[in-house]
Amino acid sequence: MTDAAMPSSAADDPPRPSRLRVLARRLWRHRSFRLGAGIVAVIVILALAAPLITNGQPNAMSLRNRFAPPSAEFWFGADNFGRDIFTRVLYGARISLWIGFASAVLAAAGGALVGMASAWFRRLDGVIMRIMDALLAFPAILLAIGINAALGPQVSSVIIALASAYVPRMARIVRAAALVIRELDYVDAARVSGAGARRIIFRHILPNCLAPLLVSVTFVFAYAILAEAALSFLGIGPPPPQPSWGNIIAEGRDYSVEAWWIMLFPGLAISFAALGMNLLGDGLRDVLDPRLKVEA
Amino acid sequence: MPKLIAFRIAQAIPVMFIVAVLTFLLMHLLPGDPATIIAGDMADQEAIEQVRRDLGLDQPVLVQLWLWITNLVHGDFGRSLMLNQPVAEAVAERLPVTLSLTLVAFAITVPVGIFLGVIAAVWRDTWADSAVMMLALVGVSVPNFWIAILSVILFSVTLGWLPSAGYVPISTSFWGWLSSLIQPAVVLALFQIGYLARMTRSAMLEVLDQDYIRTARAKGVSPRVTIAKHAFRNTLMQVVTVSGYIFSLLIGGSVVIEQIFALPGIGRLLVQAIMARDYPVVQGTMLLLGFAFVFINIVIDLIYAYVDPRVRYD
Amino acid sequence: MLDVQNLSVDFRVDSGWIRSVNGVSFSLAPKASLGIVGESGSGKSVTALSILRLHAQRTTRMSGAIRFDGDDLLRLPERRLREMRGRDIAMIFQDPMHSLNPVLTIGDQIGETLRIHQGLDVAAATRQAVDLLDMVRIPDAARRIADFPHQLSGGMRQRVMIAMAIACRPRLLIADEPTTALDVTVQAQILDLLRDLREDIGMAVILISHDLGLVAEFAERVLVMYAGELVEDAPARTIFESPAHPYSEGLLRAIPSPDEDVHRLYAIPGRIPDPGNRPPGCNFAPRCELAQPACRASEPALEDVAPGHLVRCPVKLAAMEAAR
Repeated sequence: MTDAAMPSSAADDPPRPSRLRVLARRLWRHRSFRLGAGIVAVIVILALAAPLITNGQPNAMSLRNRFAPPSAEFWFGADNFGRDIFTRVLYGARISLWIGFASAVLAAAGGALVGMASAWFRRLDGVIMRIMDALLAFPAILLAIGINAALGPQVSSVIIALASAYVPRMARIVRAAALVIRELDYVDAARVSGAGARRIIFRHILPNCLAPLLVSVTFVFAYAILAEAALSFLGIGPPPPQPSWGNIIAEGRDYSVEAWWIMLFPGLAISFAALGMNLLGDGLRDVLDPRLKVEA
Repeated sequence: MPKLIAFRIAQAIPVMFIVAVLTFLLMHLLPGDPATIIAGDMADQEAIEQVRRDLGLDQPVLVQLWLWITNLVHGDFGRSLMLNQPVAEAVAERLPVTLSLTLVAFAITVPVGIFLGVIAAVWRDTWADSAVMMLALVGVSVPNFWIAILSVILFSVTLGWLPSAGYVPISTSFWGWLSSLIQPAVVLALFQIGYLARMTRSAMLEVLDQDYIRTARAKGVSPRVTIAKHAFRNTLMQVVTVSGYIFSLLIGGSVVIEQIFALPGIGRLLVQAIMARDYPVVQGTMLLLGFAFVFINIVIDLIYAYVDPRVRYD
Repeated sequence: MLDVQNLSVDFRVDSGWIRSVNGVSFSLAPKASLGIVGESGSGKSVTALSILRLHAQRTTRMSGAIRFDGDDLLRLPERRLREMRGRDIAMIFQDPMHSLNPVLTIGDQIGETLRIHQGLDVAAATRQAVDLLDMVRIPDAARRIADFPHQLSGGMRQRVMIAMAIACRPRLLIADEPTTALDVTVQAQILDLLRDLREDIGMAVILISHDLGLVAEFAERVLVMYAGELVEDAPARTIFESPAHPYSEGLLRAIPSPDEDVHRLYAIPGRIPDPGNRPPGCNFAPRCELAQPACRASEPALEDVAPGHLVRCPVKLAAMEAAR
């Protein structure tokens, strides 16, 4: 006589860790992500701890120490006014990182709004996308220069200018992701069962747009840091004497041969910050993007 | 195909219109009164008002917009306030400079970027891949103006090989022209090379994953031919779509580079005009750039449509 | 001609290596036709791809031997294997849309095989390609030769793939699910084509499919695979009329028949096990009606139940012995 076989059931499978845990673990294993996160963490910590590490006076002049080369007293040397470059770079970090962060997040928020609206409301789609195309016809930095010039030299205007310049790109990315979800059958199923537009957008579409959005935020952060430096360098960024990385380079440009340290260190700072962000973004993209295949 | 061309152009017209309106609006957000600036410090209220009337700035905004657009259609881009010359003329004088810079930079970016990307993809996960990707990463992370300064210190001041500033028109001397552009062009191209290398690598990896590559292997096609013929052509198509963006990045970067190397191009003109609140020049230049991009994108779309048999033979 | 001995294929994943195919052995005589059947995940495609070593080198490990005319394909230097690919052994794949290069004409792609293996120039290769298109029954071949894959229908694309494969008159053609992506009406045409070509050219064919009915009709012998292992090896007739392995029986029962009055389509209960998570003992035991405690304790071996008929089920074996 034979026994009836017991079919194996899902309950016998070992418990699966939550999706978030799995992603987090993969992220941590990813070399680029770790490196990028490390670099960014170091810079952020240094920036935040600036008042503790330095004497807290980025603008303190000391004519006695004009053009002091890097030494034990002035780690990064001193500029034409005798100001300590190390302190200025650290304080500059606070401004430049803040601008980068705020621009990226604002651009993401604006882009997400526009992109999802465009994907959901078919009738608006054409108009919105034409406007986005028009904005995309300008290089981001030109738009930023224009808007910034219109609003005046302040930190907030730089943020608004950079954010506006990157909104069209974010909108495009979000719209593409949202369109994919929207076409899926389960959205139709949800609609048929009476779910309202708002519920569908928030529960189904938004989570799936989060991944590409997050990846874009890191890359825009990197661009924004570079763009802000360029704007400051051109003289239309945060006004002196407030130090921003681009400012310091601009000020040091005239002395670049004799006092090379003035423009070397802020440049290195910008490079590392952008590098860290790019590495972070690479890691995020490698881990999140392939997982982004929506489970049907 | 001709239908596609017509369709693309038709699509571009509303975009160009919006570009024009946006450019106009942007300038009217600028604080600072051009009339006052033009009239000068010594002028009294009456003189300022006169200047304002001359420039048509006393009209309501919508009327100004209308006048501006109708002028545009007639090819009249207005007159520069600071240069006292028609905008079109000012731009035309500087166009060759920016064009030279951008084209030389583009000519450097494309082959180098694609080459690096292909190498990284084909020798995936080897030291070659890591080296290329690190280079590319550095390229997109360093500020181009900073590298420009460093480069000038090295190549112009220390070694004296290249000029540190100034533009030599090609009509004067070919080598002079080239040597005045090499440094700026290479520095300008760095970011784009990094971007293109990364993009090409991921595009090629995607292509190498495709079924038709497996078919080629199953037929006994050698690895070299598989890459060069089967994979590369498909990768190239994806790269074409991104070249418009690369061009736009180049122009954006040229604004700063022209400043550093004192190249009298459009980018430099634009920055000067913004500082001086020279509305006509800013409007005209940004408009021109906007139109140029719309046009470039159309051209690129058409090139792609021609190159991709799926679109061409539909 | 082809002798697969104890082939095992492992794939590298994050946590280590996973065995996808385990100890598969079979042989194929010249001009014979063999079918390999199994669900997705059974390892049938992996086995087929192994013959031409088409797996990604870095992440695949193969052991055992695959002898073709005496040479072990698994140990042959890459260059020699490349000479054989397309010339002595050819393969066609499941999805013709994605298996053809979208930017090259079909004339170019078919001619490529001829240019590589027979050294023909472009013009001669193209001429022969037109003849090949005729052979695979594509109408208006001379004009079609300059077409791109997207301009052809699914059935025609598969014919193009077949043309590419038979260009050098290979001794063995491996067809991996050639009809799965096609309409039912086209399926029959393609199989007829394969049958006729096999006779004309005198080549052996391995047909891989999840459809037992299809395979049993086409092939002389059938291999049934489950969870990476061979579970039955029998002449097609036998599989169809009296399959020995419970899995084969299940597959047979799952084929809907037009003259049965069914209320519910039969499906084998349960799911194929995860490659990383195979059950102890017999792979099929969790889903098997005949399973006994011994089945879960030790892994069954492939044994003769009759000449030319192997089965991996000691329970069934014992039952059939007793019946004699």
